[in-house]
Amino acid sequence: MFGLNKKDTSLLIIVACLTMFAPFILNPFPTDSGLAQFNAGYPDLMQRFVIFGIFAIGFNILFGLTGYLSFGHAAFLGVGSYSAVWMFKLIGMNVIPAIVLSVIVAGLFALLIGFISLRRSGIYFSILTLAFAQMSFNLAYSVLTPITNGETGLQLTLEDPRILGVSATADGSIPVTNLFGLEMRSTFEMAVGPWAFQFNAGYYLCAFIMLAAFYLSIRIFRSPFGMMLRAVKSNQQRMNYTGLNTRPYTLAAFVISGMYAGLAGGLMASMDPLAGAERMQWTASGEVVLMTILGGAGTLIGPVLGAGFIKYFENIFSKINDNVLHSWFSFMPDGMEDAVVFLIHPFIGKGWHLTLGILFMLVVIFLPGGLVEGGQRIKGWIQGRRAKDSSTAKETNPAE
Amino acid sequence: MGILEVKDVGKRFGGLQALSDVNLSVKENSVHAIIGPNGAGKSTLLNCLVGKLIPDTGSVMFDGQSVLGRAPYEINQMGISRVFQTPEIFGDLTVLENMMIPCFAKRDGAFELNALSAVLKQQDILDRAEAMLVEMNMADKRHMHAAALSRGDKRRLEIGMCLSQEPRLLLLDEPTAGMARADTNNTIDLLKQISDERDITIAIIEHDMHVVFSLANRITVLAQGTPLVEDDPQNIRGNPKVREAYLGESA
Repeated sequence: MFGLNKKDTSLLIIVACLTMFAPFILNPFPTDSGLAQFNAGYPDLMQRFVIFGIFAIGFNILFGLTGYLSFGHAAFLGVGSYSAVWMFKLIGMNVIPAIVLSVIVAGLFALLIGFISLRRSGIYFSILTLAFAQMSFNLAYSVLTPITNGETGLQLTLEDPRILGVSATADGSIPVTNLFGLEMRSTFEMAVGPWAFQFNAGYYLCAFIMLAAFYLSIRIFRSPFGMMLRAVKSNQQRMNYTGLNTRPYTLAAFVISGMYAGLAGGLMASMDPLAGAERMQWTASGEVVLMTILGGAGTLIGPVLGAGFIKYFENIFSKINDNVLHSWFSFMPDGMEDAVVFLIHPFIGKGWHLTLGILFMLVVIFLPGGLVEGGQRIKGWIQGRRAKDSSTAKETNPAE
Repeated sequence: MGILEVKDVGKRFGGLQALSDVNLSVKENSVHAIIGPNGAGKSTLLNCLVGKLIPDTGSVMFDGQSVLGRAPYEINQMGISRVFQTPEIFGDLTVLENMMIPCFAKRDGAFELNALSAVLKQQDILDRAEAMLVEMNMADKRHMHAAALSRGDKRRLEIGMCLSQEPRLLLLDEPTAGMARADTNNTIDLLKQISDERDITIAIIEHDMHVVFSLANRITVLAQGTPLVEDDPQNIRGNPKVREAYLGESA
């Protein structure tokens, strides 16, 4: 189906189901139960899951296939966000032109940075991209203030022209982003017994775009172009002596992944129309590297899993505080309760990075192929057990 | 006029004159061996032919066109394929994929953004790659990762990859270095078969005299960066200058 083989089609269908039913899947606990804080099914977080999923899928086309590790991809995300907010300021609040422009601008920006950075490979390439991203961050933060509004960040105001829309709504507030009239923030809430499920228009727009982006990445992985990119990773010398010019291949991969990052940035601004320089900082670039490696670089689904994993930790673990811990361990004697809370304290709240760091180290050491490898091992283990069970069953048959 | 004409080529690395006044003519459809003691400049010469190095002086003409100043991939697209001393293959890819890549390079040129069509729908490429695998006797290994192949199989695969581009000149850099005797003899048979059956010129750099005298119908002896003599194999064997420079007492 869709020009994919059976395995890829079923993967696409699984991802489609997961994203479409995410409001249910991510909300397993009733609203007023003690575990409700582990629910991730609220629009803001679900949007982030799929937007960072797009970012990581694009990054994986570069890093997973060619092995070129870019440490500057957040720059493209930031450029996409700025472009989208400018569209909201100048043209109107429809998200389509904003998203289109963010992809185009990020692509052009990637073409420029890639053209220069790809003169080197390995660690030198990484450093060049990092340098470019930091330059972009600092420019956005200070020099380019007329365009980026510096450290305040670019925001919508009532004075914006919005030539195809209105500067202000009838009641004098700033209009909201929409898709041909459908407001991105509009949420339909469905209460089923003690559960409350939220269906947000913005989330579903992002989810459909992520599915399209995921489908495109499967096509790229299975194409001759994708095979050439894997060949670049494997042996550039042989590429050159087989009559293939590696530069345009790596540059094309770089631009495509930059456009994915721009798309993610554009969507981010479409959900919440502001853009700040911190989106371009090197920590943001590092985050997408972590997502891709954690999920499984070079695999199709890995980056999406990694993005979801990291964003879940960032938003859920960081919200657990000492009061929550005390309520969990209140069954213990007082001294022991305090001791346990004291021990766990560094790993929660603002310390969630510590938990993430430890998990990242465990994955890299024990599962070099990321979460995908973990999944494969579990599958292999189950199949092995099943095969064993059936073989022992067969052996016992003759005796009966 | 040979298919490959090397004229007055010189190359200096700092204080070392690696090549000087190298003149060489490789005739079409011949097997031309370049031999010489260690440090004679054989590999430097080869690198000048494929675009890895640019000589300081002289000219290198392939089929009437200069190769100087062209990138390795451009020279390859002109019809020169190179086999390396240690097999250079795509270790992370399967044997079949390894064979498909040169077929793509032959069909689509140095770059083609073919990002939306599936590899498995490129029937012409698949057929060519499969045919070459059968010819190289490797069809049963098509789904193996190339890195897992034995040394001899890696060499066969690399030669097959070069041949699937239908080059006019095949350059081999010590193709049997580090091989066991049986593998060496297999490689000799394979190269003999290639040169007999195909419209192809082979230039080979080799240390092993057994290989050289079983294959070559023309030999150039290089010593201290300059050609000592170029002649037929039977004359090389008896040439006292060659004995002195290279073959020594053992010959």
